[in-house]
Amino acid sequence: MTIDVAKIRADFPILERRIGDAPLVYLDNAATSQKPKQVIDALTDYYTRYNANVHRGVHTMSVEATEAFEAARAKVAKFIGARQPESVIWTRNISEAINLVAYSWGDANVHAGDEIVITAMEHHSGIVPWQQLALRSGATLRIIPRTGNGRLDMDAARKIINSKTKIVTAVQMSSVLGSVNDVKTLGKLAHENGALILVDGAQSAPHMPVDVEDLDCDFFGLSAHKMLGPTGIGVLWGRPELLKAMPPWMFGGDMILEVSYEKASWNELPYKFEAGTPNIADAIATGVAVDYLSALGMENVRAHEIEITGYALKRLTELERVEVLGPTDNADRGGIISFNHADVHPHDLGTALDRMGIAIRTGHHCAMPLVRSYDVVAAARASFYIYNTTAEVDALVEGIKQVERYFQK
Amino acid sequence: MMGGTSGLEQLDEMYESIILDHYRNPRHTDPLDHADVDVEAQNPFCGDEIHIQLTLDDDGKVQEISVSGRGCAISQSSASLLSEMLEGKDVEQAMEQITLMRRMLRNDNMTEEELDQLGDLVALEGVKRFPVRIKCALLSWTALEDALQERKGK
Ligand SMILES: Cc1ncc(COP(=O)(O)O)c(C=O)c1O
Repeated sequence: MTIDVAKIRADFPILERRIGDAPLVYLDNAATSQKPKQVIDALTDYYTRYNANVHRGVHTMSVEATEAFEAARAKVAKFIGARQPESVIWTRNISEAINLVAYSWGDANVHAGDEIVITAMEHHSGIVPWQQLALRSGATLRIIPRTGNGRLDMDAARKIINSKTKIVTAVQMSSVLGSVNDVKTLGKLAHENGALILVDGAQSAPHMPVDVEDLDCDFFGLSAHKMLGPTGIGVLWGRPELLKAMPPWMFGGDMILEVSYEKASWNELPYKFEAGTPNIADAIATGVAVDYLSALGMENVRAHEIEITGYALKRLTELERVEVLGPTDNADRGGIISFNHADVHPHDLGTALDRMGIAIRTGHHCAMPLVRSYDVVAAARASFYIYNTTAEVDALVEGIKQVERYFQK
Repeated sequence: MMGGTSGLEQLDEMYESIILDHYRNPRHTDPLDHADVDVEAQNPFCGDEIHIQLTLDDDGKVQEISVSGRGCAISQSSASLLSEMLEGKDVEQAMEQITLMRRMLRNDNMTEEELDQLGDLVALEGVKRFPVRIKCALLSWTALEDALQERKGK
């Protein structure tokens, strides 16, 4: 069974929008996805029916809010294959999730002489927190390179991950190239060397089935806004025994057990890492986003995207002046295609396509080192989701052809 | 500029033929061995890069000019137009042009005289209708302004 795209599209009010006279063709899903009305309604419902703070009140609405908030946590846990809901910590986004690990676990466990390993495909939020930890601790940052066809160089990984390695961070799906990386093998290499692995699931969790137990990773992060949820909320999952041993990173209400002026003790998981009033409404709506995806079935979501990506790769590689940055074979690949046009700068292409209602991303995609490794300063990127159609791929390709003619004139 | 008609005709407001000409054939691109003003700038948003080098005579008049870089049609043509603007100007006059250019893109009310003073640069006026691209147009101008100001401070 695959998914019913027409039925899905009806759930997304924004897809009715026009840009100027043209219907919106939204192909910037790797940046953020659109939201179904179910998610939007969940936000309104919370604020109109049971807005109250969580974990603090005995009154009815506080109990309802707390139940919905914790139920959402359990849904996310199930969605990523985590056994214990308390191992799921709400953050603002995946950037905060990675920072939490780099500060809390990193400062306690990484020292001068140690090595931190990342991949050549990390987003800036998978680079900079580790680079800064390396600077604070005197550790060395090492990078697993990519191959010429946009895959991780696993032979190099076997050499780079060694007994000095403390932690490995890897994107499960590259936000630039679309490559799906073998993070399970990277995790094995890390564990054989006594190191941990953090999997950046920002692009994988929205688009393919994820099971943290099967991946056998130690930390996993995601941002809800890329998977039908609202902005301002993300998740860090960690192996409970690791999280328990880690010191808190931010301090305040909710995360404490007992406070005097001299000292404080910490609340249990997950609250130890959730200082202050959490993002209640957005957490609840994230639960609804996860329900939506689960009802479709992540296998089906993945199948739809394989189909549309295969079609887009075929059509884009037919264009003589267009060069795709990542893998052009559709195996182990998600619905993200970065490309450049020989004669039109991506920024000009993006502006021109926007005139036709087509929204793509242009620039360095928050992965400057990776984009530069292709000897360009910027690229155009189209990225797909459950509501995209092959007709929209056609619109993109026709649009590129028109822009080509425009800049030739 | 949201709304209104869509389609590529609208792009003509931004990509005037002078702009496309400067984009395809940028002026003053040969690097200088020695420079009195040497400044590089990047637009982190889109990765555009610009490198400006100038030599000045004793009166502060621009002698040699080199402007190079890579990036979109707007940032690169604007830099090339900047290089032409600098021909025969002294630092004072260059600063004046930079201020005018910034005002034009900010959509300040400009007098007929001021627009005349900008000459070919008026071709960039359409960029003001594409707010996210104003940064591209101003990249080289801001970099030069900073460098000249820093020089003055010394
Ligand atoms: C692979 C990857 N990691 C991390 C991030 C950062 O996400 P956020 O900005 O929501 O923290 C992104 C977002 O583009 C991403 O694609």
